[in-house]
Amino acid sequence: MSFPTRRKILKSLLFGGTAIAAPSAVFGAIYGRGEGMPWEPLKGQPPYYGTQEDRFFTPDEREAVAAICARLIPSDGDGPGAVEADVITFLDRQMAGFYGRGQHWYMKGPFLEGTATQGYQSEHPPAELYRHALAELDAYCRAQQEAGFAALSAAQQDEILKGMDDEEITFDPVSAKAFFDLILKNTIEGYFADPIYGGNRDMVAWHYVGFPGTRYDYRDFVGHNGARIDLPPVSLMGRPGWNSSE
Amino acid sequence: MTKQLPKVDVVLVGFGWTGAIYAEKLTAAGMEVLALERGPWRDTPTDFATTFAQDELRYYWRHGMFQEASQSTVTFRNNGAQTALPMRHWGSFLPGNGVGGSGVHWNGQTYRFLPSDFVAKSHNEERYGPLPEGMTVQDYGVTYDELEPHFDYFEKICGISGTAGNLRGDIREGGNPFEGPRSDDYPNPPMQMTFSQDRFEASARDMGLNPFPVPSANMSRAYVNPLGMQLAPCTYCGFCEKHGCGNYSKSSPQTTIIPVLMKRENFTLRTDSEVLSVEKSPDDTRTTGVTYVDTSGEEFFQPAEVVVLCAYPLENARLMLLSDIGTPYDPQTGEGVVGKNYCYQVMSGATVFYDEEYTNGFVGAGALGMAVDEYNGDNFDHSGLGFIGGGYIACYTTNARPIESHPVPEGVPGWGSEWKQSVRANFLKTTNVGVHGASMAHRSNYLDLDPTYTDRHGRPLLRMTYDFTLNDRRLTAHLTPVAEEIARGMGGREVNVAERKGSYDSMPYQTTHNTGGTIMGTDPQMSVCNRYCQSWDLHNLFVAGAGLFPQNAGYNPTGTVAALAYWSVAAIIDQYMADPGPLVQA
Ligand SMILES: Cc1cc2nc3c(=O)[nH]c(=O)nc-3n(C[C@H](O)[C@H](O)[C@H](O)COP(=O)(O)OP(=O)(O)OC[C@H]3O[C@@H](n4cnc5c(N)ncnc54)[C@H](O)[C@@H]3O)c2cc1C
Ligand code: SF4
Repeated sequence: MSFPTRRKILKSLLFGGTAIAAPSAVFGAIYGRGEGMPWEPLKGQPPYYGTQEDRFFTPDEREAVAAICARLIPSDGDGPGAVEADVITFLDRQMAGFYGRGQHWYMKGPFLEGTATQGYQSEHPPAELYRHALAELDAYCRAQQEAGFAALSAAQQDEILKGMDDEEITFDPVSAKAFFDLILKNTIEGYFADPIYGGNRDMVAWHYVGFPGTRYDYRDFVGHNGARIDLPPVSLMGRPGWNSSE
Repeated sequence: MTKQLPKVDVVLVGFGWTGAIYAEKLTAAGMEVLALERGPWRDTPTDFATTFAQDELRYYWRHGMFQEASQSTVTFRNNGAQTALPMRHWGSFLPGNGVGGSGVHWNGQTYRFLPSDFVAKSHNEERYGPLPEGMTVQDYGVTYDELEPHFDYFEKICGISGTAGNLRGDIREGGNPFEGPRSDDYPNPPMQMTFSQDRFEASARDMGLNPFPVPSANMSRAYVNPLGMQLAPCTYCGFCEKHGCGNYSKSSPQTTIIPVLMKRENFTLRTDSEVLSVEKSPDDTRTTGVTYVDTSGEEFFQPAEVVVLCAYPLENARLMLLSDIGTPYDPQTGEGVVGKNYCYQVMSGATVFYDEEYTNGFVGAGALGMAVDEYNGDNFDHSGLGFIGGGYIACYTTNARPIESHPVPEGVPGWGSEWKQSVRANFLKTTNVGVHGASMAHRSNYLDLDPTYTDRHGRPLLRMTYDFTLNDRRLTAHLTPVAEEIARGMGGREVNVAERKGSYDSMPYQTTHNTGGTIMGTDPQMSVCNRYCQSWDLHNLFVAGAGLFPQNAGYNPTGTVAALAYWSVAAIIDQYMADPGPLVQA
């Protein structure tokens, strides 16, 4: 395969078109034009993982959210739950970041109630939906049980969550079901995501289900033929056995 | 004020799979080509390095490489009586953004459509009589035989791993006996299958079916393509679908074409440049170029002799509607063409749960699978069945990543202790037999501009009106039991069947196989483009992508999308350049 030389190109130009002159003020980057593959050091963007300073929830909200997560993925003696995985820290950082702000979501109105097949239609980005729904939940619990959600018994908490899931408990003006669906999804994310995001602490959830994490070469194991593959998990930070000094 | 730029021979709108294909052929033919890509530059060593590519939260759940819905999305409704509402974040499909487009985060399952798929109307009518009222299925206007050399070339560009089933009419053991005749074998042997595929294969054979390895753009061995690009063996890392490949093992525009283009002096790529509209000459016979905007918000007019829309079906249709090219489709009268015959896919499946054996789903690859084709297209007699078309049935091991996949048996609640313990018990011990079904065009499914919602530039969003049709429902009701039977033969403890019931739901991920809207055909009253993917209205405007499909076949689209792109670009170079004008007389 040979590339046409510049002269050949100019000669064979069907339309006698002009070669491009680089316009000076274009904001988008320009590539190609015989320059080869561009490479600049440190160009790859690191993930946005949040930091200890990223906090969205008030102390009361944080307590309620932690209690909800603890019922969605309980610490039941059969391996870690959301508490051991520190899902609450994950959620707090997510809500403080671009995700919580709905920065990449389409958040223009009008906001109408959709059908079940139309997806998220709340006017609130995730963090705000949490805030409003948590206030509603708190009011609901205090009216029914004279205590906030976190202070209720596990059985009472389960009953309320089930009521939200089954749309038997509704809030106004935000949707209890939309909040339930979102916090369940986010809790599962926090339990199973890479530990860099704050949850799945020490890869506890990966250990629990047997997921070896962010390895990238399983060629030796493709022919496992139904046998268990026992590999300790690795996160994007590596794993303790590889990078501890002990 | 719009800034005028110097003219180029060809401007490509979007730089994913089809953009890269057109650019390579057109620059090799000596034309001055400019690609305008809405998103950023992306490449293997910096953007999907194996030190951080395996990040499920970032790439799938936070949509790391997909189009940002905040910039532009679609509105959706199941039928014309409803109000379409915006997809506020992506769900059922995930349009790509940035260099490489969806070709970066695809799986690589690379099929050819069947010969009969290209003549779906005439073939089925000949065999079964007139199509039912409301079904708007059409012929492509191009045949399998005409596309065959282009399928073959794309398979060599990608280094597809597979087993030929029909080599120049010779039916080969272990391949797909139903495929159209191939001029050559696949360039690479099939991938190494795992436990789940072995079980699927044995069960399917017991039923008298002919299982074959899925043609895969994940490399089964090291490979050098016809452009001299080197690909490395796939490591079965399991972070393939929805992720970029850090190993140079998945064929993408980046790994197969772009580095060659970057060396050509007659190729220019401009990133972060979103095309807003295609401009027309005063007499409405030609396009004069495109208007685009960069990230500073400045607008440019880029004149060109030829414009090719390579912006994925949804955006291609929207750009035509926004630019007032062609007549918009009207579902009431059935007239008009732009936005017509939007189709999708009908999926169902059966999950097998094992007790003793481990499926180890984390050892997988995007296109690692075995399939059977007995129930696809017109490979079986449809007499009296009340539907046409079909689908393949396959067992893939692609992605047992833990946020996404935690299958639990029926009756287990969706959260709480029981759920958690069931996830642990089953995470490493399940596999799926899936049906990938066709979607036949129907009068009531279409794309147009939304009357209410606008994008960040204030322009109408695309509105999608779509639901599964009677044909889809009968098709899935016929095929799902076959998948179930195969699954039951795979020796697990229990099988859960996921039937396709109810209306199409825009939220859970299904496939990014959106088709139609800018369909090709033989009649300008019935299609947007002619058999060379050339606009019937503006002869120097060409359209690429699955939007050309008059209806969707029971396969993943990209093999056929690429073959159509190579076929179309050959027509531009061999015919259009010599004599610019309509390549087919209307
Ligand atoms: C998760 C996933 C898995 C998939 N798996 C498979 C598979 O296994 N097998 C298969 O056959 N197919 C698969 N596909 C589909 C496959 O990726 C597409 O068929 C293919 O990439 C389409 O090529 P294209 O050139 O039409 O569009 P793309 O490759 O999507 O390229 C379109 C480009 O146009 C750009 N663009 C859009 N609008 C504008 C504008 N206004 N101005 C400038 N640029 C614009 C976009 O940013 C994008 O880069 C998968 C897709 C996804 C998302
Ligand atoms: S499974 Fe193979 S092709 Fe896919 S990302 Fe991993 S190494 Fe690449």
